[in-house]
Amino acid sequence: MKLIVCVKQVPDTSGVVAVKEDGTMDRAAMDTITNHDDLAAVEAALQIKDATGCKVVVISMGPPPAEGMLRELLARGCDEAVLVSAREFGGSDTYATSQILAAAIKKVGVEEDDIILCGRQAIDGDTAQVGPQIAEKLHVPQVSYAADIQVEGKTVTVKRLLEDGYMTLKVQTPCLITCVKELNQPRYMSVGGIMEAYSKPYAVYNFETLKDDPLIDLDTIGLKGSPTNVYKSFSPPVKGAGMMLEGAGKEACEKLVALLDAKHLI
Amino acid sequence: MSEFNSRDTAAFKGVWVFCEQREGAIMSTSYQLLSEGRKLANDLGVELCGVLLGHNMGEGAVKALGGYGADRVYLCDHPLLETYTTDGYTKVICDLVAEKKPEIFLIGATNIGRDLGPRCAARLHTGLTADCTHLDVDVAKYKEFLKTTSTIDVDNTVFEENTNLKMTRPAFGGHLMATIICPRFRPQMSTVRPGVMQTQPYDEAGAAKTVIDRVAVQLSKEDIHVDVLEVKKAAKKLVDLIGADVVVSVGRGISKDVAKGIALAEELADALGGVVGASRAVVDAGWITSDHQVGQTGKTVHPKIYVALGISGAIQHKAGMQDSECIIAVNKNESAPIFEVASYGITGDLFKVTPMLTEAIRALKASK
Ligand SMILES: Cc1cc2nc3c(=O)[nH]c(=O)nc-3n(C[C@H](O)[C@H](O)[C@H](O)COP(=O)(O)OP(=O)(O)OC[C@H]3O[C@@H](n4cnc5c(N)ncnc54)[C@H](O)[C@@H]3O)c2cc1C
Ligand SMILES: Nc1ncnc2c1ncn2[C@@H]1O[C@H](COP(=O)(O)O)[C@@H](O)[C@H]1O
Repeated sequence: MKLIVCVKQVPDTSGVVAVKEDGTMDRAAMDTITNHDDLAAVEAALQIKDATGCKVVVISMGPPPAEGMLRELLARGCDEAVLVSAREFGGSDTYATSQILAAAIKKVGVEEDDIILCGRQAIDGDTAQVGPQIAEKLHVPQVSYAADIQVEGKTVTVKRLLEDGYMTLKVQTPCLITCVKELNQPRYMSVGGIMEAYSKPYAVYNFETLKDDPLIDLDTIGLKGSPTNVYKSFSPPVKGAGMMLEGAGKEACEKLVALLDAKHLI
Repeated sequence: MSEFNSRDTAAFKGVWVFCEQREGAIMSTSYQLLSEGRKLANDLGVELCGVLLGHNMGEGAVKALGGYGADRVYLCDHPLLETYTTDGYTKVICDLVAEKKPEIFLIGATNIGRDLGPRCAARLHTGLTADCTHLDVDVAKYKEFLKTTSTIDVDNTVFEENTNLKMTRPAFGGHLMATIICPRFRPQMSTVRPGVMQTQPYDEAGAAKTVIDRVAVQLSKEDIHVDVLEVKKAAKKLVDLIGADVVVSVGRGISKDVAKGIALAEELADALGGVVGASRAVVDAGWITSDHQVGQTGKTVHPKIYVALGISGAIQHKAGMQDSECIIAVNKNESAPIFEVASYGITGDLFKVTPMLTEAIRALKASK
């Protein structure tokens, strides 16, 4: 048994967000973090590893600096890392990304009793599409929004979140599961782990490595080939500030209520 | 699924809406999408179709889709479609799309829609835009939209004329808005954020006119690789933030006395006839359940009155509430960003201001 986890390095949108003049995100000017939901997927994999002794492989598609993140994940206890990186892959939308990641996962190898784990969604695009699209490309069943995962041999039982409750689902391996942040509390790197991180298997898949895989349609990858394109992007306008009421006492409150009444809001 | 070519864009016609049901009840998101789909279908001069998958759905529920705008309902009835499964729903939908070839296909961005949409788009070899908050086909209407919602100098910008679906959505945590198109492939697919599109009034005549097309569903147990063991509703009734006229939300400003802060908000909500919402900080701290969360990763609301008590107004919070008709903010920090979007602001301690506000509202209501 083996677990393959897809992890993305994303700009930290909770910090300072830099927008370039042309309306695109200035990624270079922003801090990067490991996507939160993906850390939950890694932790879920490591917990299954703790219980079964299986291997955990992390895969990320992105520019070369993502190596730092992958080494960190090796230091947390993952066994192997793959960086998928090529100029030709840049600017891919979710459809294109999922083809490339599916081809990379296939190269790593998906056996009968393997599980592929993704985060539910990446905070830069917030699409939650890449996981299910990889599953479709690889012809394996998917379960998204996992808040609990139990593995018994080839049977996986997953608690899948709904807005108003949850579903419990049973699925056979190989399968793909997308994980929500609430699933667990990710562990830290251990000192021993940091020492080992640089001696663990680390591979880079470039365009040459993957281009002949039938899962990849060269016409639908990268910025040009992606089915979806940005037509316009823009910043929302700053809404004109309203009225500040003087003071914070009874009088201010009564005045506010009178204003709301005059506007027939109450 | 029969072979079909998603690049043959000219072969695709009509607007479709996936009408999600849970336990036989149509989700309100479906009505919102039909209302929106109606406008797009009118602009294109094509048919609007609702796609309903389930088992033994009541006739009233099916007709209702017509009342909210559908010219036609594709009714896919099968015991294996009673409860959602990715495999079952994807197969039936993709078979139908391949046969009928709609140009636009909208799906609610619910936890189920966001599972189904990408699986279908990947199988159909087309693009999918996630969690959209605005849709246009008409360039003139799109320009009008930009005039009020962007900093673009619309009159001095060149727009390519086409009837591609322009799908607008927040990106990068709401810091940026992006309009996405899918020009080379069909159908143009998008998941649409619940609560954003307005439901139009129910039209009896429309309901009576709807054509119901019963689809011969080809599905067997072998097509479905996941067993549903249990579907469980949350024990507690969830707050209806999206439907509420008044939302009183609390932020980390209640941390000094959480129980009291929430109680004060409940009293104010009660006086105004509304419900209690919260910022993510409050949900993450475990002070309130996540169904109360407003914002980028919570719910989008546009009530008549939105009260923000002790909320700083981070962009992700604003993303879910800034289109409220009237925003009232109480914050002890006069430079809190929430005041940038507030219609009325009070600089002060929420523990002191809130009870006075509740009192003043009660007094006004008593005097009427
Ligand atoms: C990807 C992503 C998605 C997110 N999605 C959401 C989302 O959906 N919804 C959301 O809300 N946030 C979201 N956030 C988090 C968001 O960035 C903020 O962290 C959060 O909204 C802050 O909550 P807050 O305003 O309650 O807390 P704080 O930012 O800590 O603000 C507390 C405020 O209370 C004021 N205050 C303190 N005491 C008092 C008092 N006694 N009386 C009056 N005022 C007082 C303070 O001046 C301060 O302004 C998201 C973040 C990320 C990165
Ligand atoms: N470039 C990438 N590299 C590795 N994994 C990715 C990448 N993009 C998306 N994913 C995975 O797919 C999930 C959903 O991403 P998204 O559809 O972009 O919201 C993420 O949480 C990751 O697990």
